[in-house]
Amino acid sequence: METAVFFVASAIVLVGALGVILRSNPVHCALSLVMTLFGVAVLFINLDAQFLAAVQVIVYAGAVVVLFLFVIMLLGVDRAENLSVEPLRGQRPAAVSLGGCVLALVLVPVLRGHKVITGVHSAGGVLHDKPETQANITRLAHSLFSDYVFAFELTSALLVIAVIGAVMMARRPLREVAP
Amino acid sequence: MIAVVNVTTNWYLGLGAVLFSLGAVGLLVRRNPLVMFMCVELMLNAVNLTFVAFARELNDVAGQTVVFFVLVVAAAEVVVGLGIIVAILRRRPGATADDIAMMKG
Repeated sequence: METAVFFVASAIVLVGALGVILRSNPVHCALSLVMTLFGVAVLFINLDAQFLAAVQVIVYAGAVVVLFLFVIMLLGVDRAENLSVEPLRGQRPAAVSLGGCVLALVLVPVLRGHKVITGVHSAGGVLHDKPETQANITRLAHSLFSDYVFAFELTSALLVIAVIGAVMMARRPLREVAP
Repeated sequence: MIAVVNVTTNWYLGLGAVLFSLGAVGLLVRRNPLVMFMCVELMLNAVNLTFVAFARELNDVAGQTVVFFVLVVAAAEVVVGLGIIVAILRRRPGATADDIAMMKG
């Protein structure tokens, strides 16, 4: 069952990702991005991350993509881009070969090594124990509000700063006030 | 026949690598700033997938905690980035990444 879910979800993810980079209309790109994010959420459920799957759908597929679509509609840039012209000659083959190199660099150790995973365990605790005593969200909450509580508080400061920055950036410039 | 194949963590890592590379290629190829931003989101999602796969493999909840922080930072990044894009495109409608090569307006 996990195998079937994995293959279907990864097909959705890859088709969506190809749609993002190949579609010429930005609105179609944003909708392909929703497809990819949804596939990643399915894979999260497959990997026992139920809370993160829900957050992925709500935050990414809900808020972030809606923000993208708002900006596209607000600015009226939903014209199709002409992808056949290449503004910088030789840049696309270079980009694709560079991407292939990155892929090979990561994929070769992953596929060759049977056990590539090293490192020490964190202070956060275990994800499962047998028999299962706590739900995934409970363990995540314990980790987040005890071991990582300072980082959690810093994210609240980060969000406030981001909101103020976005308001400052996106507003129209103030009119000159007559003295 | 596919039910016989056992999906290990390496498969998820491979999928994450493919998704990351697709995002990187899209970031380099596309010229529309909004679509370039979407490609950055693809790369972030590839990393998130890798983190969650490692969390299950190592039986460690910290991987999922990190993904939570990545989600928060990505949301903040999208807000600020789209604010900048709105400010740029309001001054110059239809600008691409080639047109905004200089920081000085």
